[in-house]
Amino acid sequence: MVNIANYNDLVVGDRVIEAGNSENFQTGDWRSLIPVIDIDKCIDCFTCWIYCPDDCIIIKDDMIVGIKATHCKGCGICAKACPKKAITMTPEE
Amino acid sequence: MTMPKKHSDLAINGDNAVALAWKQIDPDVCAAYPITPQTIIVEKFAEYIADGEVTTEFVCVESEHSALTLCTTSCSAGARTFTATASQGLAYMWEMLPITSSMRVPVIMAVANRAVSGPININNDHGDVMSARDCGWLTLFSENVQQAYDMSIIAPRIAEHPDVQLPCLVNLDGFILTHAIERMTPIDTQIVKKFVGEFKPMHPLLDVKHPVSHNLMDGPLFYFPHKYQMVQAMNNALKVAKDVFKEFAEISGREYHLVEEYMCEDAESIAIVLGSSFGTMKEAVDQLRREGMKVGVAMPRVFRPWPIEDLAKLMKGKKSVIVMDRHLSVGAYGPMFPEVCAAALENKDVPKMYNFIYGLGGADTMVSDFMSVFKDVKDGRATRINYLGVKQ
Repeated sequence: MVNIANYNDLVVGDRVIEAGNSENFQTGDWRSLIPVIDIDKCIDCFTCWIYCPDDCIIIKDDMIVGIKATHCKGCGICAKACPKKAITMTPEE
Repeated sequence: MTMPKKHSDLAINGDNAVALAWKQIDPDVCAAYPITPQTIIVEKFAEYIADGEVTTEFVCVESEHSALTLCTTSCSAGARTFTATASQGLAYMWEMLPITSSMRVPVIMAVANRAVSGPININNDHGDVMSARDCGWLTLFSENVQQAYDMSIIAPRIAEHPDVQLPCLVNLDGFILTHAIERMTPIDTQIVKKFVGEFKPMHPLLDVKHPVSHNLMDGPLFYFPHKYQMVQAMNNALKVAKDVFKEFAEISGREYHLVEEYMCEDAESIAIVLGSSFGTMKEAVDQLRREGMKVGVAMPRVFRPWPIEDLAKLMKGKKSVIVMDRHLSVGAYGPMFPEVCAAALENKDVPKMYNFIYGLGGADTMVSDFMSVFKDVKDGRATRINYLGVKQ
């Protein structure tokens, strides 16, 4: 069976008529490697947070606490940008 | 120019007639790039803007590609937008044509039909619009100056209808209609304004209270269904066009149909033709009728959506159908021929079908030439595809 959406469910004309809904488009399954943060090396400089194109660095109480796996595409920019080499791109199980 | 009085006739060429219709409609935005034989439309309209007779924002652009890009985006923003082009201009717009239609913005574009280079040629044929036929635009044809004016007023009503929301090409034959002065009855401006009404865009970009995104990337999951939505819109346009034609008849006394017919009712052999040649062929039909030949001629007023049902009804019981194409898909048939044949398949019995290619690059085609077409078919001299006037 060909997998296509029902035209009746779509807004006319290839439009998105609500704001901020890219949250609903989960791109985590594009990933082959996931960034793993070594919290002991991390100095909370937020360089990775600035560089991440998908807003996937999770911050709590001004501290970096992890990666948003639902949307991280595994691009590796955070690992390259980290001045302390605290992020390692790691294969997932 | 002073405002024409209600129903006082004008002597006017086709381009000026289109500009007059635009003036009466007073669209929000116009962007265009000059190209013969369209130039007069926008020149005249620019005069109306300069003289303060309309409130339209005119944007000078550096090419046709930019013109249609600007028109598409301005229409997405929520502005009623008109443009005009021909030939190479339409060819240069081609990349944007399917984008305008898939964005579902009802831009109105007058096309002063002219041959596409090469060889370079500025005269009339349908090479430009036929190369745009698969781009998802509504396509209307006019036989004379009056109809070029009328179609310009009708087009926004069909295109902007909530069930349609597609851009529209309004065709008028280059030089034959664009530059020739004919007698025309205009409609009172207030009546035109009331008929066309206010543009109510769907999800306009400038509605800041309801933020939207237009023209997003479609994966395989969505591209096909979005195209299918356009199929539905085209199907809806058939009914919408019929309704709008009826309403237009009430304000103008001029009634239009999806397929215009002349002497077809009892005809054994009919021709199907587009544009100004419809008028010439009517005269050919009149002369042949006097000789006792049962012939008729028809013109699809609406080329997109293709009025399959009406064409099938028209061809029912006919002995032969002659498709006159003013363009040629080199190596195949004229562009309209396979489409007429396909419509004929709706009936149990299919007439004998003939294709005549004529008038390419403005090759003058006279009443006597069109008479010879019917005679060639009757006397068995016609083949499946014929090149009218080409010495073989």
